[in-house]
Amino acid sequence: MSGFAKPLKIALGLIVIAGLIVVPMNFNRYGLFILSQWAVMTIAAMGLNLTLGYAGQVSLAQGAFVGIGAYAAAIMTTHGWPLPAAIVVAIVLAFAVGWVLGYPALRVQHHYLAFVTLAFSTLAFLVFRNESWLTGGIYGISNIPRPHFFGIATNKPLPFYYVCLGSLAIVSVAVWWLIRSPWGRAFMALRENPLRAQSLGIDTRRYTLMAFAIGSALGGVAGALYAPLTQYIDPVPFNLSLSLDLLMMVIVGGAGFFFGPFLGAMIAVLLPEWLRFTEGYYLMLYAIAVMGLLIWSPTGILGILDRAMAARRTKAASALRAVAKSRLETVQ
Amino acid sequence: MSNLFDLLVAGLATGAIYALVAVGFTLLWQTSQTINFAQGEFVMLPAFLMLAAMHVGAPFWLAIILGILLSMILLGLAFKMLLVDPMMRHGVLPLAIATMALAIGIKEAVKQFFSAEASPFPSIVPTGDITVLGHVVSLQSIGVLVVAILAVFGLTTLLNRTSLGHQMQAAAQNPTVARIIGVPVERMILLTFLINAFLVALASLLITPIYLAKFSSGEVLGQAAFIAAIVGGFNQVRGAIAGGLLIGVLDNLAASYISTQYRAAVPLIFLIVVILFRPQGLLGRAEERTV
Repeated sequence: MSGFAKPLKIALGLIVIAGLIVVPMNFNRYGLFILSQWAVMTIAAMGLNLTLGYAGQVSLAQGAFVGIGAYAAAIMTTHGWPLPAAIVVAIVLAFAVGWVLGYPALRVQHHYLAFVTLAFSTLAFLVFRNESWLTGGIYGISNIPRPHFFGIATNKPLPFYYVCLGSLAIVSVAVWWLIRSPWGRAFMALRENPLRAQSLGIDTRRYTLMAFAIGSALGGVAGALYAPLTQYIDPVPFNLSLSLDLLMMVIVGGAGFFFGPFLGAMIAVLLPEWLRFTEGYYLMLYAIAVMGLLIWSPTGILGILDRAMAARRTKAASALRAVAKSRLETVQ
Repeated sequence: MSNLFDLLVAGLATGAIYALVAVGFTLLWQTSQTINFAQGEFVMLPAFLMLAAMHVGAPFWLAIILGILLSMILLGLAFKMLLVDPMMRHGVLPLAIATMALAIGIKEAVKQFFSAEASPFPSIVPTGDITVLGHVVSLQSIGVLVVAILAVFGLTTLLNRTSLGHQMQAAAQNPTVARIIGVPVERMILLTFLINAFLVALASLLITPIYLAKFSSGEVLGQAAFIAAIVGGFNQVRGAIAGGLLIGVLDNLAASYISTQYRAAVPLIFLIVVILFRPQGLLGRAEERTV
């Protein structure tokens, strides 16, 4: 059984990746925009999944980091800097601010932390809106250029979709590596039992700050891609509701599961589009779907799969046990 | 100085409404560990229920009664039975997310079934100004303040002076022991949900004439009430009241003395400072750590 599982998973993964590359080739402009948006939001949600799902620190500020990354990229690229340089600056900036935001987490936990980060998110929005010398205020920043890579312009929707998809691939590999490294294990120890983690010699202080900083940095990456994707930014998309949306993506997909953010972002970005034929009812149906899912499975979609697989494993194990038992009996 | 006096009165009036909303929030937290992210929408909805009743021809007083009853059924009973009960054992976070989805659902439903435009709403207190100690004060501010104070006074009397209130507090503080000594804990929890629904309906009745009935008006109010509850200490009813009044006054003073652009930032910075130095809130008691 398990001998087949691994090649099957790899084959499935390759089919999905090939599908993501090939299928959008005949999508229209809008479809490509939505898919690119999915890739960008997945990156931001993966960051939050590190902070929340793996390290167990509740943050309602991920949207603010997407905003920081987006403004950094918008300001730099409209002044002639290349996008990769802007991405590096966005990462460094979001990392530093995320590190500072981690300090309250050393003092308070759970809902208190949620409210500190919620306050930070609103403060960031106020700065985006009011510091118009830097951010253009309510008028925002327009004509954000899309980058050239190796002499290839990515102005058209399809090439830029590949930029987003490629970035998603790079981030996925990095996160995959991170959660399997000693760091990822330290994060999980932090989530499961902070006191025991400390007694095992894990510097909980440093890892708490790291969890915030790395998660925020990925938010910054997402923002730096979001700005050239929409080519126009103003403060509104980065208000508190983006942070809440990202939190919903992580929980709905399955917090603490590697593929949770992929599914969560798919639901948050694509489901409202699919429900658009219902016109004014689509967000209502979306809300009902989310509530229903959470009542059914509070650990998100992957929680359902996880439980189903665990149940199958138990069943297989007890079948094996039964076989072994009957053999024993026949021997006797 | 006269300016300061006016600001204080206006601030206390807004603060009293924040307090009403924040009290309900703390009640739900105490009895069932529910963080209701839809509390702001809970305040927005009753006004529309009352408007809908008036649209089909009910007089204002009947619309108020119907609105309050409907909000107790929908936002008290149905909210508890359909959403909170099935999710309670799964912990705080999934339920908090579910209430976020509920907030989206309520907002969209009002927008779709009623109107995306702001509607005027009749006032229960007379409009106009009177002169108090040489200051012109709007009757509406005074009316809001008086009704809110009466409601809060009634609630604290219920909680502290009656046997029912003692049972509610026992159920909130230690459900296991309360159950042993014969308190019907389940019924007490339901009662707090109904009281919350009543309080938000009352807040809706007081605030909507001032700010108009709009589907999006819950966002700001919900956030202000959360801040008020946390600043005051959200395991204490009196903390939520103090926090509400404090945030209302602070907000009004910040708007005229600091900067209108960063007006919203002042309560938030205050919130961060309070959480960092006194996480249990100004009047709250520390909760024992579970780790």
